[in-house]
Amino acid sequence: MSEQDSTDVREVVINYYDGTSRTAKIYDREIPYPEGKLIVSRTDTKGIITHANQAFVDMSGYSQDELIGKNHYILRHPDMPSVAFAGLWETIEAGNKWHGYVKNLRKDGAYYWVKATVIPNIRNGVVVGYTSVRRKPSRSKIAESEALYKTLM
Amino acid sequence: MILNLTVSPDFAPDHISGWYIFNTWLQRQLGTRVHLELYDCFDKQREDIKAGKFDLVYANPFDASMLVRELGFKAVVRPLAKPDETIIATNAESTINNVEDLQPGCQLVATDDPDVNRIGMIMLEPADLDGDNTKLKTVDSYIIVAKHLLNQQADAGFFLKDAYDELSDLIKNQMKVLVSSEISVVHHALLVGPKLQQYIPQIQKFLLNMSSNEKGKGVLESMDLDGWEVMTDEETEFMIDLIDTLID
Repeated sequence: MSEQDSTDVREVVINYYDGTSRTAKIYDREIPYPEGKLIVSRTDTKGIITHANQAFVDMSGYSQDELIGKNHYILRHPDMPSVAFAGLWETIEAGNKWHGYVKNLRKDGAYYWVKATVIPNIRNGVVVGYTSVRRKPSRSKIAESEALYKTLM
Repeated sequence: MILNLTVSPDFAPDHISGWYIFNTWLQRQLGTRVHLELYDCFDKQREDIKAGKFDLVYANPFDASMLVRELGFKAVVRPLAKPDETIIATNAESTINNVEDLQPGCQLVATDDPDVNRIGMIMLEPADLDGDNTKLKTVDSYIIVAKHLLNQQADAGFFLKDAYDELSDLIKNQMKVLVSSEISVVHHALLVGPKLQQYIPQIQKFLLNMSSNEKGKGVLESMDLDGWEVMTDEETEFMIDLIDTLID
């Protein structure tokens, strides 16, 4: 991000649902979603990342080692309302599939939009984790989501 | 005992004989008769699979999901380094240069291959296109998909990447690729039905050793495969979960 103008950056404290928080540098710079790829990750039932594919590593800006073992919320962008994630957890904990448009925060402070689908991984009748697959969203859905999320902040 | 084998109809026509050669090879290895039945239609094959007609199925990833979760099949092996990828292409002279140039009402052409069509439709989502605002013509083969594009009878066509790559240069030079998927973890698999699961270790052993002897290598070549690799239960479940996220 060395090419970034320092005026584009803001520092934001992001509070997570588990009471922890971190200060993140946020750049108003969108990274285009890679054509034809799916970003795939799996977590345990607490949201701790257990698998990340290469597209996830490339887009998030974190290394594989930095992602595995971390909570998925490290990708949470401060422009995303917490109510969106509360809805996600409520849906998947009830054993259902969740779809939504998500603005993700990269390690370098830039962002990327995805259409995300999360499903519970059920083995022998027990939820053992979750699989999240992200794909390229349309610009119109991004615009709709941006407008909606502003009303929910 | 006769084992019944079937193969997902999306293999390239050039490799039909390869599957018959594989059938004979498998028969010899297992010391039992193996009957191969090929289909040119996914629906009819699915109907017969559901009716319990088959013990061994080389399935596309979407059907693998149905076989495992609904019919109790188990994946034994997958083809080595052969993920299923999808290409959306158009006529080389078309003014359409990327997926976002396609407009509602556009004409699509595809085969009835379920995984290619699903991934294809997913790759159209960035253009706000779906089954409701596009017209889809289903044809019998990827050659016919290409013909529709060459004759400008469709705006875009869906191809299994392997099938696209096998088209002649003469045909490929008259098309351009709008997008090619890079999913890597969705692939065909050879699955064994519930009645035969005690033979899985034996079948697996024969298949894994195929690429290490000349005869086996020849059989693999005739099917356009490099070899097989083990597919564990958890790898199968992972692929099925992933496919599940792609079905709305």
